[in-house]
Amino acid sequence: MTKLLKIRNLSISFTQYIKGLNQKELQVITDLSLDIHESEIIAILGASGSGKSLLANAILGILPPNALVSGSIKYKGNELTNQLRKKLKGTKISLIPQSVNYLNPLMIVQEQAIGTTQTQEEKEEKILRQQKIFKEYGLSKDVNQMYPFQLSGGMARKVLISTALLNNPDVIIADEPTPGLDQQAVTETINNLINLKKKKVGMILITHDINTAIRTSDKIAILYLGFVIEITNTKNFKDNGEKLLHPYTKALYNALPETHFKLTKGTQPSYHNIPKGCPYQENCPHKTDKCIKILPELKTINDTQIRCHHPLIKGE
Amino acid sequence: MDTLKIENIKFQYNNKQKILSNISFEMKSNQIIGLFGDSGSGKTTLCKILTGFLKKYKGTININDEKVPTGFNPIQLIYQHPEKIMNPRWNMERILHESWIPSKEILDSFGIKNEWFKRFPSELSGGELQRFSILRAINPKTKFIIADEITTMLDSVTQVQIWNAIIKHCQKQDIGILAVSHDKLLLETVCDDIIYFNELNKS
Amino acid sequence: MKTTKKTNKPWTLYHANLRTKTLVIISISSILLISIFLSSYLIKPDSIITNFTSANQMPSLEHLFGTDWMGRDMFTRTISGLGLSIGVGAFASLISTFIAIVLGLFSSFNKFTDELVAGIIDLFSSIPHILLIILVSISFGGGFYGVIMGVGLTHWTPLARVLRAEIKKIKTSKYVKLSKEFGKSKLWIAKNHMLPLVISQIIVGVILMFPHAIMHEASITFLGFGLSPHQPAIGIILAESMNYLTSGFWWLAFYPGLSLLLVVLIFDLIGENINKLLNPQSAQT
Repeated sequence: MTKLLKIRNLSISFTQYIKGLNQKELQVITDLSLDIHESEIIAILGASGSGKSLLANAILGILPPNALVSGSIKYKGNELTNQLRKKLKGTKISLIPQSVNYLNPLMIVQEQAIGTTQTQEEKEEKILRQQKIFKEYGLSKDVNQMYPFQLSGGMARKVLISTALLNNPDVIIADEPTPGLDQQAVTETINNLINLKKKKVGMILITHDINTAIRTSDKIAILYLGFVIEITNTKNFKDNGEKLLHPYTKALYNALPETHFKLTKGTQPSYHNIPKGCPYQENCPHKTDKCIKILPELKTINDTQIRCHHPLIKGE
Repeated sequence: MDTLKIENIKFQYNNKQKILSNISFEMKSNQIIGLFGDSGSGKTTLCKILTGFLKKYKGTININDEKVPTGFNPIQLIYQHPEKIMNPRWNMERILHESWIPSKEILDSFGIKNEWFKRFPSELSGGELQRFSILRAINPKTKFIIADEITTMLDSVTQVQIWNAIIKHCQKQDIGILAVSHDKLLLETVCDDIIYFNELNKS
Repeated sequence: MKTTKKTNKPWTLYHANLRTKTLVIISISSILLISIFLSSYLIKPDSIITNFTSANQMPSLEHLFGTDWMGRDMFTRTISGLGLSIGVGAFASLISTFIAIVLGLFSSFNKFTDELVAGIIDLFSSIPHILLIILVSISFGGGFYGVIMGVGLTHWTPLARVLRAEIKKIKTSKYVKLSKEFGKSKLWIAKNHMLPLVISQIIVGVILMFPHAIMHEASITFLGFGLSPHQPAIGIILAESMNYLTSGFWWLAFYPGLSLLLVVLIFDLIGENINKLLNPQSAQT
């Protein structure tokens, strides 16, 4: 398996002006390291409103000007500079956005799917490919001439997926692909995403819905206050979650209605109040002095990467 | 015990397709009823009508065979996005007290921390805000709560906490809950009975 | 790649944060304007003496802006002209703001009043500004009073439009609707939810109205429809200087014109910065 993207120590923060122009710095993503391989779906799971989407924006280089990024992102071994990004964006790296709002409301679907073309030949060739992909996703020819507002939720999602696929990308970033869809459309979308693996695509799936993550991905990275606290194989989410090593991951899994709906005390604080040391310390039952003082590094145990001083090995 | 009775609710936006056609059902204040339906089916519209956010509908909403009184509405809404029902320039204390002043005991049962009161909505996480939004809704004058996808945007741990606290409180205070969601498993877990929106909205 | 924090050097404003910068800009500009306004009142009429021995002098250290054909010091004349302009602007803004607030509130009553207000706003903004000011000014008898009424009765449209939109936005917001379901009265909602938000809009609107009012006062005075020639207005100074420009006395028009422009720009600057301070989301860069 070829490594497509290598993200190391990526941090994203914001400077924000609040009442009376006092400046505040918000750390949204801290020290994120991830590898994305060919034919692999890796889900990034985090609470909504936490700025997960910024990760997608950071990779694509479309962050707002008041954002501060540090760390490195490499594409097939090359540092992803703005120059390289320009070359890859929309062709080798492409985004499946959250909603139809990303489509131009005044342009018919076909034109948007194709994008800008230089010559007539190129255009015809692209139209051909677009027709093929639309057919693959069960979008009828009428859809070509429709405007975005005429699409239903499920259809719009298909248009967004097929548009992202038009240039045979290596890396796809899917941002919250399932909310707002009915059960059938969710299943369909998830199947579509899984099928992309056959095309050797590597995918980052950004979601707040643990069910979508479990049903779709190979690996799940769990975010807590912008820290990756665990990257684990999706198949570890089974039985009573004995193979999950972080107390929060375990609590998440056991709180699902389909498992135990188990109550765990403590709230996830807001980004304005990230503690020093371990981000989960306030709610952790295994907290020690070390957790308060020192931020645990991401380390590898049994194929799982975890950020915890006291991982739950052997189902403690 | 109070009874909420909804009869022949119809709603449509100016001459366009009907969104709600003839909805009727009844529930009691000791019940937790789930309303299951896909997004975009009109559930939220029904919630808005029940809680007074939309006024131009046809049909009747009665509590104990009497019209819902003006002034404080005994049917309160908890919304999917708590930040949208809070004035962004107010601090949490003012936001909560706009409805009522809950006792320390109730605050504790919802896991509200004292230091949150001086913060503004933009400085709290989604889970923290939703707790406030629920507290505002469970005013002593409230008889029924319409919970519209209240935990959809939250993680599963917070989801359990919130449902636990709200169910405990409402059972003690005799407040009925209509839990609206697209998550059938969740409704099966927390509700006494489930109504299917598509069947309700058929005729 | 590591994040490096910018160190704030105390002696350069450039690196200072936006809050400090904004406050500094606002206070310096305000001091400048206030001192112009006050000093124009401290100038006694007899300090602008006619002295034909020093007529038509180039700008020098003694006469910063030079002297005119009657030997009057142009700097003193300009300052008192600017003071008058600011005064006219203040009165006119007061009238305009009052009209805008009344119409804004009126629009929030119901759908009909809202449409009516929208119609009135559109009607007034579709008439050419200068023309309307001149008409109103003349119908009020011209002079100081006429100019104030002319400018005041025509400059309320942008603020009224903003207020109408803002009130509408707050009224349809979910938190106001919920407030109603909590049994709060209309008055309570207006006082607690609407007023605080609307007030910041009014403050910014008033300050941004000033430069327009001043410019329009000067231009109609220049055209001869405004203040009487006996008053030391900038418009009058500029109109008079037209006769001498061809003789090469450029400073008669240049400095007073430039000062007027400066005052207008400073008002704009203050307005924009106060807006940033009151609505920080507009300054997120």
